[in-house]
Parts: sequence; structure tokens; C-alpha cells
Amino acid sequence: MGGSLIAACHAVVARDLLIALRHRSDVLTTFFFFVIVVSLFPLGVGPEPDTLREIAPGVVWVAALLAAMLSLARMFGADYADGTLEQLVLTPQPLVVLVMAKVTAHWLTTGLPLVLIAPVLGLQFDLPADALATLLLSLLIGTPALSLIGAVGTALTLGVRGAAALTALLVLPLYVPVLIFGAGAVAATAAGTGAAGHLSLLGAMLLIALVFAPWATAIALRISLE
Amino acid sequence: MAINWFKYSSPQTFYPLAGKMVPWFMVPAAVLGVAGLYIGLFVAPTDFQQGEAYRVIFIHVPAAWMSMFIYVVMAFWAGIGLAFNTRLSSMMAHALAPTGALMTFIALWTGSLWGRPTWGTWWVWDARLTSELILLFLYIGYMSLAAAIDDPRRADKASAVLALVGVVNIPIIYFSVQWWNTLHQGASVSISRAPSMAAIMLVGMLVMVFAFWAYSIAAALMRVRIMILERERNSAWLRELGR
Repeated sequence: MGGSLIAACHAVVARDLLIALRHRSDVLTTFFFFVIVVSLFPLGVGPEPDTLREIAPGVVWVAALLAAMLSLARMFGADYADGTLEQLVLTPQPLVVLVMAKVTAHWLTTGLPLVLIAPVLGLQFDLPADALATLLLSLLIGTPALSLIGAVGTALTLGVRGAAALTALLVLPLYVPVLIFGAGAVAATAAGTGAAGHLSLLGAMLLIALVFAPWATAIALRISLE
Repeated sequence: MAINWFKYSSPQTFYPLAGKMVPWFMVPAAVLGVAGLYIGLFVAPTDFQQGEAYRVIFIHVPAAWMSMFIYVVMAFWAGIGLAFNTRLSSMMAHALAPTGALMTFIALWTGSLWGRPTWGTWWVWDARLTSELILLFLYIGYMSLAAAIDDPRRADKASAVLALVGVVNIPIIYFSVQWWNTLHQGASVSISRAPSMAAIMLVGMLVMVFAFWAYSIAAALMRVRIMILERERNSAWLRELGR
């Protein structure tokens, strides 16, 4: 039984990664959305390095929030439309664990690329090296939490009119704590006060989301499929 | 005589009961509201620090309390509706949401009116203001989700999950905003250091709190009656009632 559970998770992750590989443009859209949004800010705010350094943590983190939110529709959307999701719910494996697998695959294809490109974008904003490292670390801890919390929102709005805008409305207020401590960690490093406290709290939020979000997502999926 | 409370968990029996209860809350709401405003605007003395501007607390504080309390009550009924599959509980949750959002809006608006003469600005990113704003977003999200789903039973359940997720998040949001605020700006502005209140001010505020309570209950009951009418429009008991 335990072996088959791991095999099922593995199959879900492998399938989603394969689909992402076949539809590369979907993944790249989110990625370039993130890059473009971040690059727009200097054009709007002005090129003074001091200002840019000041706003960089917030800009990169808000852009990451928006990019994560945009990509949420893909987590269950296609599976809902073609009936795969119904089959997943009907499998003997616990839905909570399968949801975890779906979220993992989603993070690998949308969250991880953002994490990896963020330091390069930080350079555009003249962030010092230690702040760039914190930016990478904070996004590495924070973006999985974004995927987990977002999974609840997108599961609730499956097949609903105007689902994309609605998901934003539901999910963005819940993202606020992650934004505060993610951007706060980078700002604290830049200010020289150390980011350990922020990163610990960010980690705590990831753990809370890891415990509750897949469970709430599973309930939401069952409601949406009724 | 033992009262069977479960009797009133069905829309059919609750509808007339709610109708009888509405005046019992609406009349006290009006009386207490007038009394509280009279105490607040005419009896209570002028504050020696904030002048007349402080009088906005007679609206602001009750609204802020209700805004938070109603969310918890709403999540409670939504959770009961989700767990026991009782239609009336979910309707009660939906009926509370607009009143809660209204209270949140009043709290923000009056807070802004108070901030202008006292702090010299309409808006500061104070921890309480910010978390109240996010609370308004949570209400709006809840109502939008409930409105976007056509099937009422699915709307009940989906919005219940959202309300419960929100209730878990409210303390997290509150404390993160508070910490964010203390990190970003000095405690130059703080509502918590309010001077000790004169007894008559406290009386006026408590009267207003009861008025807001009574109003919120009455408004929710009126709204739930309308929802019952809307959802049960094809049922036999309602047709009987209308005859």
C-alpha cells in the first residue's frame, strides 16, 4: 500500500512535468511575466540606484505573488476540463497526498524558475550580494507556500465564471503574511540587521501551509466535483 | 418545558421565528443608537487632547468590533453548514457577510475621518488599519465566491471553506502586519496609547456597541428571511404561506 502511494505520487509529478515540458510556452509565459513586471518598475519609478535598492525587495516579491497567482489556473484547470481530476479523486490513494504531488509539480514548473532568475533581476536593482542571497533563499522558502495557499483558492473556483479574477481576489489577501516576511527578509539583510528572524517565520508559514493547505484543497476539490 | 432547538434549524420553522425576532432587535437598535449618539455628541465632554474629533469613536469602535466579530460568527455558521450539511446555517453565514463588510467599511471610513485632524493624514499604514483593510478584502472575496457559483449548495460549501481558511489566517495576518509596521516605521502614531477615558464616554460607547449588535442581528435576520424566500420559492410551505 505504502509503495503504491509513492508510485502514485511519482506518477502524478512525472505526468505534470511531462505536460509542462510539452507545453513549454505555458511555463515560459509565467516566467517572462515575472521578468517583465519587475523590469517595468524602474521605468515607472525612475532609474536612481538609491530608490531602486529601496524598493527592490517589495517589487520582486509582489511580482512573484502576481506570477504565482497567474499560474494557479493551470494547477487543476486542464485536469478538471478533461475529467482527469475526477479520476484522481476516485483513486484509492488519499486525495491529500495526490494534491501534494500536484502542488509539488506546479511549484517545480512555476515557482522554481522564478526563484532562480530573481537574483539576476535583483542585480538590475543594484542589490548587494548578501541581499541577493537572501532574496534567493526567501523566495525558495516562500514560493512553495504561495503554491500551497493558491491551490486552495484555485480548487474552490474550478469551473466558475470569471475564475481567474476571482482566484486573485481570494488568494492575494491570504498571501499578505508571506509577502511581508519575504520582502522583509531581503530588506533586513540590506539594512544590515540580519534576516534570520524573517526567514524563520517564513519557514513557519510554509510548515503551516504544508499541514493545512493540501487538506483544505482536497475538501475544495471534492466540493467542486460534486 | 423543553424547547427543541433543532426545530428551528429548518427554514420552514425559522422563517416565521426570524420575522418575529426582527422588531425585537431593530427597535432596541434604533433606541440605543439615538441614546448613544446623544450621549456621545452632547453629554460627553470635549477631549482635552483631541478636541471634538474624538467623538467619532462612538461610531468607529463599535463598527471595528463588529467587523471582526461578525467574521468569526460567519465562519462559525459556514463551518456548521459544511459539517452538518444544514442549509439554514450556510444561509445565515451568507446573510452576515454584507453586514460584516459594511462594518469594516464604516470602521475604515470613520478611522480615516478621525485620522485627518488627529494625525494630520487620511491614511497611515498602521497595523490596525492595514489588517482592517485586509479583513475587508476577505469579506469581498467571500461574497464574490458565493455570488459567482450558480449552484447554491456548492456556493455554500465553497465559501464555507474560504471563510474557515480566512479565520485561520486572520491572527497570522494581524501579527505579521503588526510586526511589519513596527519594523518599518517608528511608533510615532499609536492608537493604543489613548488617554484613559472619562466614565461618560465609556457609557456612550457601550450603548453604541449594543446598538450595533442589535442592528447587525436584525439586519442578518432580515437578509436570511429574504434568502429563504429566494431559495425555497418552489416549496409547498411557502406557497401555503403566501395564500
